[in-house]
Amino acid sequence: MTSLDEAVGSKYDALIQSDRVHGSLYTDPEIFAEEMAKIYYTTWVYVGHESEVPEPNDYVVKPFGPQSVILSRAKDGSIHLLQNRCAHRANLVCDAPKGNSTAFRCQYHGWTYANDGELLGFPYKKGYEGADRSQLGLGKVPRVESYQGFVFGSFATEGPSLTEHLGDAAGEIDRLVRLSPTGKIKLTAGWLKHKAKANWKMLLENETDGYHPQFVHSSVFAAADSGIGALYSDNADAVSRDLGGGHTENDLRPEFRRLGNVMGWFGTTEDKVPNYVAKMRELHGEKADEILIEGSPHLMVFPNLFIAEIQIFVIQPLAVDETVQHVTAIQFEDGEEMNRRLLQQTIGSVGPAGFLLADDSEMYERNQRGVQARNPEWLVINRGANRERVDENGHLIGYNTDEVPIRAIWKHYKTLMEK
Amino acid sequence: MTAVAEGSIELGTIAQAEAEQFLYREARLADAHDYDGWEALWTDDAIYWVPAGGESAEDPNTQVSVLFDNRSRIGTRIRQLKSGKRHSQTPKSNVVHQITNVEVLGLQENGDTEVVASLLAVESRERGTTFWAGRVEYRLRRVDTDQGSELRLAFKKVTLVDRDQPLYTLSFLI
Repeated sequence: MTSLDEAVGSKYDALIQSDRVHGSLYTDPEIFAEEMAKIYYTTWVYVGHESEVPEPNDYVVKPFGPQSVILSRAKDGSIHLLQNRCAHRANLVCDAPKGNSTAFRCQYHGWTYANDGELLGFPYKKGYEGADRSQLGLGKVPRVESYQGFVFGSFATEGPSLTEHLGDAAGEIDRLVRLSPTGKIKLTAGWLKHKAKANWKMLLENETDGYHPQFVHSSVFAAADSGIGALYSDNADAVSRDLGGGHTENDLRPEFRRLGNVMGWFGTTEDKVPNYVAKMRELHGEKADEILIEGSPHLMVFPNLFIAEIQIFVIQPLAVDETVQHVTAIQFEDGEEMNRRLLQQTIGSVGPAGFLLADDSEMYERNQRGVQARNPEWLVINRGANRERVDENGHLIGYNTDEVPIRAIWKHYKTLMEK
Repeated sequence: MTAVAEGSIELGTIAQAEAEQFLYREARLADAHDYDGWEALWTDDAIYWVPAGGESAEDPNTQVSVLFDNRSRIGTRIRQLKSGKRHSQTPKSNVVHQITNVEVLGLQENGDTEVVASLLAVESRERGTTFWAGRVEYRLRRVDTDQGSELRLAFKKVTLVDRDQPLYTLSFLI
């Protein structure tokens, strides 16, 4: 094994190669700080969902990188991402996790802001004669855009639009929302916050790693009737895909199409959810069965939004070796019959005590301890490089157990970190 | 139930000492990772529940919980632990449950006795030492078995003090 000292090229040329990445990418606090600046405080980051602030003046505090922001809906219905920091002396202006309010008042000296961030006033104003109030509003995430109700923010005042950022990942989000009888999902089931002593990229890579389930989750296959194992076996028809822009997926549709069972993606049959299936057939006609066979995406939107068929995960990096994974059950508008099942499956599988995620989290933490060892310095990411190919849309794909998604993440990461 | 046990506060209620002995036994079996012994404590209609933050403690049917097991899912959890491949419990956590402030509150409509207590569980594993503190609500039921009349656990709800905050993996039996 070669070491870094012998490498040539830029810093990230040396650390990120086509078939391997350097361990320091997971352990170096300076790289973490650079990631926050160049990734979390530059590109589009998923923040929250419009269904979390359904009414005018609703607000909810959401993670954004290592910090949090206030996601608010103003009186006129517009969505804003506000910094929870008084423009006066930096005290917090919002101390509730969510609520409904037209204004935020700092409890330190009484400065008050509208829920779009504008300064409404400060007490004893004679002391501020001539102050330009327009310069004293709450800090805002300058760009806010939504796609299918998913609200993203970017701290860069200029750059690609959200649509450009999502690229072909957008079509996968469409595939999720069309499973709702109204075409709309709700994230109203509350959040599990699962903390791990691991670098955030350990989680990011794991979300679309189709190689690990057979090993990490074999206890679930032993304990319960689960179809997950077969989807990630070496001879499943499912594929892994590089969607571009660091977005990746495990496309399980080929396997579900081969099996051809309506609601098979959800591990159930149509007679268990007859009202839901009837609503979908009424809405989509002949296309309904295809939708209900293909199911929901398994999509990682770089850098922090993971759509895991029936759950939404949000990755929040806190430090180079500490990450929180926020997760909730997807709920369908007008989908009562499905929602209870979506919720109970979510509680069973994910979060701190989940049948699946407790063990994934254990692996993140073991990885973080393992990567401290000095030799070898590298992590190998070349599985399936010999058999990857380009699909009809121009995307790289591989076997579902191949590391096409991991290589896709690092390729995009490198372009961002070299800017 | 007709007898009034000494110290009971209501007709048919389980006595303080017997309730305490049961809670301590449940804690000891969990600490010892005696999965079969622990599973045998539950009734067939049992609920084992650890709410998450927000409104989770009010409505487990619309809000995510850390854990909300019916009897069937308790069985799955135990089978998973016994598979030897539950990596988050391989090796097993070293745990000690402290059960204090035990109060027998009275009877449920169905005759179950409601008991509350405070919990401090200290967990040690390679990640470090983690404190799990909370209020626990139990519902105990006296059932007839081949061994005579025994107590069973029909309901256990652990409301963690830090359930609004990010939690580390919780894969031992709390």
